[in-house]
Amino acid sequence: MSLKRAQELPDAGIITEAGNAVDFKTGDWRTYVPQFHEENCIHCMFCWIYCPDSAIDVDTSGDKPQMKGILLDHCKGCGICATECPPAAKGKAALVMVREEK
Amino acid sequence: MALSLKEMVKHEDLLTGGHRACAGCTGANILRQIMLTAGPNTVMGGATGCMEVVTTIYPYTAWKNSFIHSAFENVAATISGAETAYRSLQKHGELPQAAADAERMNFIAFGGDGGTYDIGIQALSGAMERGHRMVYVCYDNGAYMNTGIQRSSATPFGAHTSTAPAGSVKQGKEQDRKDLTEILVAHNIPYVAQTTPFHWKDLATKVEKALSCGGPAFLNILMPCTVGWGFPMERGMQIAKEAVETNFWPLFEVEDGVYKINKKPKERKPIADWMKEQARFRHVFKPGNESMLEHAQQWVDQQWDLLLKRETMTNM
Ligand code: SF4
Ligand code: SF4
Repeated sequence: MSLKRAQELPDAGIITEAGNAVDFKTGDWRTYVPQFHEENCIHCMFCWIYCPDSAIDVDTSGDKPQMKGILLDHCKGCGICATECPPAAKGKAALVMVREEK
Repeated sequence: MALSLKEMVKHEDLLTGGHRACAGCTGANILRQIMLTAGPNTVMGGATGCMEVVTTIYPYTAWKNSFIHSAFENVAATISGAETAYRSLQKHGELPQAAADAERMNFIAFGGDGGTYDIGIQALSGAMERGHRMVYVCYDNGAYMNTGIQRSSATPFGAHTSTAPAGSVKQGKEQDRKDLTEILVAHNIPYVAQTTPFHWKDLATKVEKALSCGGPAFLNILMPCTVGWGFPMERGMQIAKEAVETNFWPLFEVEDGVYKINKKPKERKPIADWMKEQARFRHVFKPGNESMLEHAQQWVDQQWDLLLKRETMTNM
């Protein structure tokens, strides 16, 4: 997003570009990052519903939605997805939090 | 109404990533879940508070639908005004009448417990009594988190906050929390309910019921706060789950005055189990504070008992 001059801004603090926060990358807040182990994934969508940052990438084109991975631009590394991921309880975690090397 | 994740995942995410909520914020997730059910035809109003701040840090907005930022005390008035203006414009032929239910315009106001239990209760009460077709959502994290964890009337007994701290003189908040949900039930509005973001199906059902009840509705949603409650950031949804299992936050709804408890734990877990996980209650487990723990348990049991009685009474 390019910065505007004061005269070009809409009055009253109105933001005219709906959803432009998507341009703001919160990925650099992370210390840990979820590592996706596709072979263990049952595509249940729990990670998707519980993520606070809309950072789960899902392919909805087919009959059954497919978890594709993490959207690293926005994932803050909270680990909620890995905590709620059901296969982890059976020792076959599909999401594992690892320290991110930058 | 889509009630499987397989269906819901096809809905557009109307709260984008890139908002500035803390990592692991269940509040941002609550809003996201609400919008997945409400859809793009929604005018959302946010009272000053965490969720308003983090989703609309100028010049960015995380909302893909219409959003109005309002002051701490008046979001219910703002949204009731928007709803009235919409109806008036329809009446005067300036806007088309919504034909099918899918074209319905939703009006939702939200505030935290500070903006709802305390500061915004007057505007909320007025809007509910006037009968606007709107939903008010309170995300209850039990303190003024946005300004530095000051106590609110929603803060539970014993919790450490910056204005009711636990130290050598006092041991956290000395009062029990206010039962705002009951105050809203007393407004005799068509729909009042409590839920949590862990119970996504319950939440989606209640949002849909609230939006389609034809009048004012109120949803009180528990919002575990990693910073203010002091638990690891990946635990928010589990804390919400356990709040229901311990009866601290029962899932129930009141439709036209009739109570329904949506989940009755088979075996109630002790409230101490839930409190133990949160740093705000750490002092409660110190020797000498046993009576605090007893009181916390008694209070939960008493509230649950009352709820059971209300359910029985209104279903006779
Ligand atoms: S929660 Fe786990 S199993 Fe379910 S879709 Fe996500 S990664 Fe796959
Ligand atoms: S770590 Fe947190 S922010 Fe990242 S994808 Fe998982 S739930 Fe979303």
